[in-house]
Amino acid sequence: MSDTVLLSITRYDPEKHSKPVFQSYTVPYHEDWVVLDALNYIKDNLDGTLTFRWSCHMAVCGSCGMMINGEPKLLCNAFLRDYQDKTIKVEPLDGFPIERDLVVVIDSFMGKLASVKPYLIAKEERALSEGEYLQTPAQLAVFKPYTQCINCLLCYAACPQTKLNEDFIGPAALALAHRYNLDTRDGGKNARAETVTSNEGIWECTFVGACSKVCPKHVDPAAAIQQTKISASVDWFKSLLQGSRS
Amino acid sequence: MSRRPYIREMRRSWWLRRRRTLFYMMRELTSFFIGLYSALLALGLVQLARGPQAWDSFIALITSRGGVIFQLLCFAFALFHSVTWFAVTPKAVPVSAPAKAVIGAHYAVWAVISVVILLLAGRFVDGSIQ
Amino acid sequence: MRAVSLLTRMAIDTSRTTISAPPDPWPRKKAMELGPRDRLSQAFWHEQKKARTVKTAYGDVVHLDIRHLGEKKIEERLPRVRELATTYCGVDPVRAPIPVRPVVHYFMGGIHTDIESATLVAGLFACGECACVSINGANRLGSNSLSELLVFGAFAGRNAAALATSHPLPREALAVSLARAAQARIRTLFEREGGEESTSRLRKLMTHTMETGAGIYRTRESLEETCELLTQLRDRYDRLQLEDRSNVFNTDLIQALELGSMLEVAQAIAHSALRREESRGSHQRLDYPERDDSNFLKHSLAFYRGTEPPDIDYCDVTITRSKPGKRVYGDGVP
Repeated sequence: MSDTVLLSITRYDPEKHSKPVFQSYTVPYHEDWVVLDALNYIKDNLDGTLTFRWSCHMAVCGSCGMMINGEPKLLCNAFLRDYQDKTIKVEPLDGFPIERDLVVVIDSFMGKLASVKPYLIAKEERALSEGEYLQTPAQLAVFKPYTQCINCLLCYAACPQTKLNEDFIGPAALALAHRYNLDTRDGGKNARAETVTSNEGIWECTFVGACSKVCPKHVDPAAAIQQTKISASVDWFKSLLQGSRS
Repeated sequence: MSRRPYIREMRRSWWLRRRRTLFYMMRELTSFFIGLYSALLALGLVQLARGPQAWDSFIALITSRGGVIFQLLCFAFALFHSVTWFAVTPKAVPVSAPAKAVIGAHYAVWAVISVVILLLAGRFVDGSIQ
Repeated sequence: MRAVSLLTRMAIDTSRTTISAPPDPWPRKKAMELGPRDRLSQAFWHEQKKARTVKTAYGDVVHLDIRHLGEKKIEERLPRVRELATTYCGVDPVRAPIPVRPVVHYFMGGIHTDIESATLVAGLFACGECACVSINGANRLGSNSLSELLVFGAFAGRNAAALATSHPLPREALAVSLARAAQARIRTLFEREGGEESTSRLRKLMTHTMETGAGIYRTRESLEETCELLTQLRDRYDRLQLEDRSNVFNTDLIQALELGSMLEVAQAIAHSALRREESRGSHQRLDYPERDDSNFLKHSLAFYRGTEPPDIDYCDVTITRSKPGKRVYGDGVP
C-alpha cells in the first residue's frame, strides 16, 4: 500500500489549448480521502489553476459529477482506497461540452428539466381556507424515491441515448416528471404529456438501464421511464376507445 | 468572448468499451434473430397453404443441417432474450409488487403456455411424420 | 475519521465519563439529550477541558449513541444519518456510536433588514442566511433557517419586484460607470504580478483564528488576538497572487473574491464580539459569563470602514409579545 496516489486529470483552457490534454499529479494517500479531497489538495498546494465544481462533499448537492476511470461518479463519493495502486483518471462528465478542465456546460439539461414542468400543478384551484393537502405515508412512499434526485447528471453520462440523440429529454428529467405524476396532489399529467411522450421523451429510451446503475441516490430513473411508457400507452388506448365512442 | 466549449465525439465503437454496453447490444441483437425466426414461421404458414409439395420443401429446409443450426441459434438467443427481459420486468411494475413475485409470475406463465402448446402439438402429431 | 455534524440527540452528561459504559438506566431522561446545539457545543467544550473526549485524526470527538433506537427506526427516520456515518466514518450507527464534534456550518447574524427584507441600502433586499431581520435573536435554533428563508424570501422577492416596477430604469451611463468601477477593482486583483500570498494559505489562517479566538467560548485575549490577526490578513490580502489567469471559469479568482468578503465579515464578528462584554445565546464569554440586559439588550451593527476595522454601533431590539426571560430547560436545568 503506497503512501501516494497518482491522478491523471483532464485540463482544458480554451485560451491555451486547442483540445483537452491530460496532466498528472501525485498526492498523499489517506485512507478516508475521496477524490475530491485529492483535487482540493492539488488546488491548494500544487496547482491553483485546476478547475472543478464541488460544494457539499457529502453527495447531496450534485455538483461534482465526473468520469473516474471511465465510470460516472461523484468526486465526493469516490474513495481513494477503492483505486489502490491504479492511476486515477479524472475526466469531465461524458456527453456534455467541456467549458474548462473538469467543468461542463449543462445548459441543455436545465432546459430539459424545465420542459417537463417539474412542479405541482393543482387539480383544481384551492383556497387557503380549505386547508392543506392530506397525504398518507403510503401515498408518499409511492413517489418518494423519485424525489431524491440531486441533478448530478451521472445518469446522462451513463446513458448512450443522450449522446446518440442530443434532444433526448433524459433520465433525470423524465424521473422527475414521473415523481409529479405519481403525487396525489398533482393534476398535471396531461400538461406534461406533450413533452414526456414525445419522440424525444420516454420513447427514445431503449432501457439500457445504465442510468439506474450509476445513480448515487437510488432514484431508479429506468423504472420511472418504463412505468411511464406503460401508463402512457394505457392512456393512449383509453383515449382511442373514448374517441371511437363519441 | 474567450469561451470555446469543447465537444467530444462519440466513437462508433462506443458500445465495445464497457462490458455493460456490450451486454446491452447483445441483448438488443437477440431481437433480430427472433424477428428472423418469426419470418421463418410465417414462411412455413405460406408453404402450408400452397400445398403438400411446398410444405415438403419447407420441412426439408428446417431439417437441413443449416436449418437446424439456425433454429438452435434462434432458440439460444430467444432464451437469452427472455431471461434478460424477465429480469428487468420488475422495473416496469409499480412499487407495490415485490420483484421476485413479478419475475416468478413471468416464468410460471411461460411454463404453462409451453406445456399447453406442447400438449396441443402432441395431439396433432399422430404418426403422420415417419 | 471525518467528523459529522449531526442534528440528532446527543448523549452528553458532564458528570460521567464518555469512554466507560453509561450508568443505568440508559438512555437517561432529561439529561439534555434533546438540547439545542449551542448548549451541546458548550458541553463538548467542557468535556474537552476535562480531557474526557476521544482523540482522533480530525480532532477530539464524543460518541453519539443511537443504538437504542434499533435498526427499524433508524432506517425509517434517520436513513441519511446511517448512510453518512457508514460511508464516511465506517461506523454503522445501528451497531456502534458515531464520533461527533461541533462544526461551524451556519452564519448567525447578517445584513441588517427590516421586516420587509429591505436593507439600509435603498433598493437592496436580503433574506435567508445572509440576512438578519432578527427573528432568531442571539441564537438561530435548528430548522428555523429553512422556514425563515421561505417566508422572508417571498417578502424580498415581492418587494424587490414591486420596487423595480414602480421606478424608472437607472440612467445607462451611471450603471455603466458603476460597473466599470467594480470591474477595475477585480482587474487589480486579476492582473497583479509578483504578489506573495496565496488564497488557500490566508483562508486557512482566517478559519483557524476564527475557530480558536471567536469559537464556542471567547475571552478578551482570544478576541483581541483574532482581531489583530484579521487586520494583518486583510493587509496581506492586498498582496494576493492569483495562479489562474484564465478568463474562462476562473475558480481561483472566485475563491479570492470570496476570501476578501469573508475577511471583512470575520472582522465584523470578532470586533462586535470583543465589544459585547456579556454572554448571550451563542455568544459565550468566559470572562463575562452572565447575560447583561441593562447594557447589551441590543443588536450589534458593524459599519464598513474600508481598510480600517469596522465601526461597531448598536440598535434597539424590537420586543413585542415575548419578553426576555431566563433560559431554562426541563426541571430548571439551565
